[in-house]
Amino acid sequence: MSALLSSPILRRTLLALVLFVVSVFAIDLLSGFRQGQVASIAYLAIAAGGLTVLTGINGQLSLGHGAFMAVGAYTTALLLGRWENMPLLLLLLISIVVTMAVGAAVGVAAARLHGPYIAGATLALAIAVPALAIHFKDTLGGEPGLRVPTRDVPPLADDALFFLTGTDTGTMQWLATVSVACLIVTFLLLRNLSESRVGRRWRAVRDDPVAAQLAGIDLGRSRVLCFVVSTATAGLAGSLMAMITRIAAPSGFNLVLSLTLLMAVVLGGLGTLTGALIGAVLLSLLPTFVTNFGSGMGLSDLQAAELAPLVLGLTTMAVVLLAPAGLVGSLLRWRQQARLSRS
Amino acid sequence: MLELDGVTSRYGPVTALQDVDLVAEAGRITAVLGANGAGKTTLLRTISGLHRADAGTIRFDGRDITRLSTDQMTRAGMAHVPEGRGVITELTVKENLRLGALGRSTHRDAVSIDDVVDLFPILGDRSNALAHTLSGGERQMLVIGRALLATPKMLLLDEPSLGLAPRIVSQIFGVIRQLVHEQGLTVLLVEQNARSALSIADVGVVLGLGKVVAQDDAAILAADENLRHAYLGY
Amino acid sequence: MQLINTILGGLSLGMVYAAFALALVLIWQSTRIVNFAQAPMAMVTTFIALTLIESGMNYWVAFVAALVAGFVLGALVERLIIRYVDHDNHINPVILTLGLFIVLHAVAAVIFGSNFQSFPAPFGLTGFSVGDTTFNLTPTSVFTILIVIAVMALLRLLFLKTDLGLTMRAAAFNQEVARILGVRVNRTLTLGWALASVVGSLSGLLIAAGGLVHPSYMDGVVVYGFVAAVLGGLDSPAGAVVGGLLMGVTLSLVSGYLGSGLVPLAALIVLVVVLLVRPGGLFSTSTERTV
Ligand SMILES: Nc1ncnc2c1ncn2[C@@H]1O[C@H](COP(=O)(O)OP(=O)(O)OP(=O)(O)O)[C@@H](O)[C@H]1O
Ligand SMILES: [Mg+2]
Repeated sequence: MSALLSSPILRRTLLALVLFVVSVFAIDLLSGFRQGQVASIAYLAIAAGGLTVLTGINGQLSLGHGAFMAVGAYTTALLLGRWENMPLLLLLLISIVVTMAVGAAVGVAAARLHGPYIAGATLALAIAVPALAIHFKDTLGGEPGLRVPTRDVPPLADDALFFLTGTDTGTMQWLATVSVACLIVTFLLLRNLSESRVGRRWRAVRDDPVAAQLAGIDLGRSRVLCFVVSTATAGLAGSLMAMITRIAAPSGFNLVLSLTLLMAVVLGGLGTLTGALIGAVLLSLLPTFVTNFGSGMGLSDLQAAELAPLVLGLTTMAVVLLAPAGLVGSLLRWRQQARLSRS
Repeated sequence: MLELDGVTSRYGPVTALQDVDLVAEAGRITAVLGANGAGKTTLLRTISGLHRADAGTIRFDGRDITRLSTDQMTRAGMAHVPEGRGVITELTVKENLRLGALGRSTHRDAVSIDDVVDLFPILGDRSNALAHTLSGGERQMLVIGRALLATPKMLLLDEPSLGLAPRIVSQIFGVIRQLVHEQGLTVLLVEQNARSALSIADVGVVLGLGKVVAQDDAAILAADENLRHAYLGY
Repeated sequence: MQLINTILGGLSLGMVYAAFALALVLIWQSTRIVNFAQAPMAMVTTFIALTLIESGMNYWVAFVAALVAGFVLGALVERLIIRYVDHDNHINPVILTLGLFIVLHAVAAVIFGSNFQSFPAPFGLTGFSVGDTTFNLTPTSVFTILIVIAVMALLRLLFLKTDLGLTMRAAAFNQEVARILGVRVNRTLTLGWALASVVGSLSGLLIAAGGLVHPSYMDGVVVYGFVAAVLGGLDSPAGAVVGGLLMGVTLSLVSGYLGSGLVPLAALIVLVVVLLVRPGGLFSTSTERTV
């Protein structure tokens, strides 16, 4: 047993399993509204996790990850529109693969760009993809977007969950469970990947491209690989988002979504998955909280709805100026320093 | 003219200057000598405010300037000619010179661009060329000429002879000496080449690992065998 | 005929992109920051103009007031925010301007509302006609072209002929040497941001003329302006102008012949192709870094 636990990969896998079982019970206890919140935290965290790896570990900035989520979401919407009963796993897998293909194309270009250029190119992407959805009205549904049919809980999963929790599984509960499972698997994979040889190469490329190249790392290939991995998570997140929100529409994937994702990553601190998760939690809970606060203060609904991005933007700016390592990063660093000065 | 009292400068954990006391008297040339990494450049950067002193005070012309910003120092009459790349390469020779005149302090008769061209005729010929087309020696003449246009009371020179042919070095040193004698300019001269620096300086200061290890008349320093071997390397 | 009209439309649009690109280049040169918040900054000043016009003020007074507001806003942004960002890491400045982007959007939506509002044009919006063919060149677009040319000429004069312009260029090229020469670098940086913001605001006002404004009506322009600036090499004001015109005409052709939904994609393709073929922009003579 102790030999088993000494391998970090096995230890993490075990922890992931435990986490999953615990969350199955936890989700079961929540109200439908809370289950929806959990589901949306999960898909945001998945996308933010992928972006964290790209920006924090590999040093590539993407302002266009919302666009990759859109690719995942539209793929899911199209597939479900055609084959309503497609197995979930297959559906997610195809959405991921399609997004990865688009990601590879963009990544090849992005890998050769740097600094502000890559920021500008991905910004253009963030605007281009929703515009395409509007342009190709017939297939992609134009401005109103594509509706995503609600799916029944697969009987096998229903039975399994009943066996665990002793209650019937509602649609939202099912989606929340799936999203959390995806989140756990994604983070597990990203974590292991970032500590593997590949992850060390990514860091080397970020820290000193010239030295990395001299050490025999193919910069381009390393950057493209990281980009593709990161877009895979965005595709998964988009696919889940489409099923949870039951729609894939251009307005859902506007520039603000891409920027918001980036802010989750920054808030959490570039480079830590925990940070990405915390950023995602803040990001999904903040709007409701701030909007309620705004309404309470006597703002109109429309105005109150704008308070959330306002607070988000201000917080991000404050973090960049005052705690450039991000909230989590700064806390970690602070703890480390405290420990150092004690010893 | 310039007085440093217990000046300490650090770059993070590296202490580049430690407790430096130094006086540069008006109308004289003070040479600062020392091996690579001794802290000479840091000394000039600390004086001109490009680097903040971590401790100590710096007085210039009777006034505490420790906390002044670089541009304020320039307008107070201090001209810093930095090591190596002091030329703004994207501007023309003429524009570089014009900039020098803009930072003018008003205590002496203005030097005009024509005066500088008289000193260094090549600058007149290349007046409209971009400064990045100049050779190393031409650049050095440009930065010195530009510093003179600000009509400073004091000139901080960081290795003006670096990479120059001996003939050009003696031309530049000749110009400096002439300005000191005719106009009472005060000079703090950092040099790697101790022998030639001591030959034009009145006073010498030797830095070793950020500390002043000797400070005396140039002639006495030049005659001190031990010092020469230990710190000046000739 | 349609071709000529599409190109004419592209020219006046291109002038606006050129102005916007120029604003980006001014800031890039002096602070090595791409100011993605330039778009919402221009949006806010355009809304200020609209509010003044709706309260009964003369169009031109409001126009000038918006430019002045742009000046103040640019100066404030530099002085209060940009100055404190840690430049060591190229990601921080980008995130900061994007944060500002979101904040300004939200503030505008709260104050001015988030629905579309029409913005008046200074001159007519019907094209000149010769015989019975009407050209897509309206008095307003002539005004757009002329005022952008005038502003560019003024900026050129400022930078090349005045002492102030010289110090601004010196501070942009080499801050440390500029300080040594007595330039108050902080002040010139603030002024640089302020001027850039005026030019950005001008492009905002010109895009809005005779059209609809909305908190995100400038979002596309920041992309097209950025691409235009990159076409010119991001470091060259003249390049930004040429890049802007090229973008205006190209995007106008794409929009006219293929559909407006493809315009952002076209911009992306132009950007990527240019960067891959000539990483330093169309007019660069040196090659950029390769890693
Ligand atoms: N920016 C910096 N960051 C960290 N350390 C520095 C920095 N600049 C100088 N140092 C260190 O401070 C010390 C003094 O450097 P300085 O440049 O003042 O030496 P110097 O006497 O001018 O040498 P040289 O003759 O080679 O020009 C050196 O040990 C150097 O490594
Ligand atoms: Mg030195």
